Amino acid sequence: MISLWETSRISFRALTANKMRSALTMLGIIIGVMAVIMMFAIGSGANREISDRFSSMGSNMLTVRPGASQGPGGIRSGTVNTLTVDDARAISEECMAVAYAAPVYGGSAQVVYGNQNWSTSVTGTTPEYLFVQDWTVGSGIVFTEQDVRSATKVSVIGKTIVDNLFGGEDPIGKTIRIRNVPVVVVGVLGEIGTNPMGRDQDDIILVPVTTAQRRLFSSSRSGSVSTIMVKARSSELLNAAQDQVESLLRMRHRVRKGEEDDFSVRNMAQMVENAKAATRTMTMLLTAVAGVSLLVGGIGIMNIMLVSVTERTREIGIRMALGAKTIDIRLQFLVEALMLSLLGGTTGILLGVAGALSISRAFGWAVEVSLFSISLAFGFSAFVGIFFGYYPAWKASLLNPIEALRYE
Amino acid sequence: MNGIVRVESITKIYSLGDVKVEALRKVSFSVEAGEFLSIMGASGSGKSTMMNILGCLDTPTGGQYFLEGHNVSRLSGDELADIRKHKIGFVFQGFNLLPRMTALENVKLPMLYNGVHPSMRDRKAMDALEMVGLGDRANHQPQQLSGGQQQRVAIARALVNDAPIILADEPTGNLDSRTSKDIMDLFTDLNREYGRTIIQVTHEAEMASYGKRVITFRDGMVLKDERTERP
Repeated sequence: MISLWETSRISFRALTANKMRSALTMLGIIIGVMAVIMMFAIGSGANREISDRFSSMGSNMLTVRPGASQGPGGIRSGTVNTLTVDDARAISEECMAVAYAAPVYGGSAQVVYGNQNWSTSVTGTTPEYLFVQDWTVGSGIVFTEQDVRSATKVSVIGKTIVDNLFGGEDPIGKTIRIRNVPVVVVGVLGEIGTNPMGRDQDDIILVPVTTAQRRLFSSSRSGSVSTIMVKARSSELLNAAQDQVESLLRMRHRVRKGEEDDFSVRNMAQMVENAKAATRTMTMLLTAVAGVSLLVGGIGIMNIMLVSVTERTREIGIRMALGAKTIDIRLQFLVEALMLSLLGGTTGILLGVAGALSISRAFGWAVEVSLFSISLAFGFSAFVGIFFGYYPAWKASLLNPIEALRYE
Repeated sequence: MNGIVRVESITKIYSLGDVKVEALRKVSFSVEAGEFLSIMGASGSGKSTMMNILGCLDTPTGGQYFLEGHNVSRLSGDELADIRKHKIGFVFQGFNLLPRMTALENVKLPMLYNGVHPSMRDRKAMDALEMVGLGDRANHQPQQLSGGQQQRVAIARALVNDAPIILADEPTGNLDSRTSKDIMDLFTDLNREYGRTIIQVTHEAEMASYGKRVITFRDGMVLKDERTERP
């Protein structure tokens, strides 16, 4: 048996003798590997971004909404109004694992100051909301529990509102009109940024929940809120908090054993998991498609190798006459196929990484090129080379030297 | 008799479907080291079959073939390959050089398979090329060489592994008569000056007569085995 190094040199020469053909054969592998690398990079980048953004939102958050849950992920909401401000207060006071709980009731509204107007979302809540969200007050103060009890017309506004309504003016103490209702600005929120869905969180106005209920968005069933935001004392206590909130609300709403809850509690970890699972599924799907193109590339290699074996029958005969053994011939063609696929694989990896990076630059998507995906692509192309190269190589090695020498 | 080549009652039968063709019928002869033997015969006489068996490309159906005293008539394909790379240098009618390789690389080819150390190969290949008078054409590719030159490269390739036997299969079949004479003179030289054992197969009596001994085949049997009188 001759050395692998020399076999590789022979194979390399055979490939360079037919550059165009070799390049076209590799193209299938190049495209396949490139697609795999890019799909993985974009998929895991998206996954990373999702978990980063959600964890910045806090991994110890629970959301309580009215209406029963519809299994994993889906929530039917807005149809029933069973949650109240008192529920929020009870959760905050009675559940040991809960740090803060705040009701949310609001909607979007036109806001006017002087000759400026701006459409934004108005959130009615309690002072605890800032603790739940980990938000701070930039200037001024937050409305108080007293304001909530008496439905005072005061508000704390986000930075985007300040920018759009007041220009350079100090908003504290000024009166804005929300849905034509005059409301005094008592505070400005510190800058927050965007939420996981990419929404500008500074584009917000906080008012006492009662003000929202009675004066801004009066509803037929007064006292109900659309959401209760809950923050557990720690992420370890999240499940405990969820259990406590559920049993407290069942008791308060007099839900009997076996009856369906008239509310649903979602925790952030589940939402992250759901979102991640969705991207994962998508990535797997796209990778499978990419894998198919890799397979097609492999069949291309086999095709060309079969042609090559037939074309070089005489060469095989000569080599056999000069003393090449079965294994020498088989190895020569196998290494040739392997070289095609590995060269294609390496090129595909480079192009895939370059492609992923330029996508991230062009569209601002998060991409993450993992060592895992590179070794997977490399390993898979090696496998394709061996798998699809073996049959032609085996065929070549079984040629009869006398007939091969006579082949025209 | 203890020749370098000894065949005893060699038979070879090809089965083409139901038809059995007897290509060789109990052929026996032996060749001493340093001989220049011509095997002559018309097509279908069995000389090519004999050549394939002598070259260890094929095995006989019956009988024994001893090469340097070893019985090689029942060996497997890979074992025959081992014999070929050490014991036999081939020269073919169609030259059978690999295209896109220089003359030197073609001559080095047998050493790729027979384990000569890479550092030795260039020198040995150069020596062989010089022996056939083509030292100055080492870096030419086959398509840049004339037919006669290509055949000389092929002969150099047959010489390079120091095989005890050089087997030439119609070595002048593709060459004009002047070049043919040159090639036969080269064989004669190699035989006389370097004592190489040469067995050539040909259907031309003129080429056969360069050998010191001519075995004539007909219908798979040895018809004549005679020494030629050449000065």
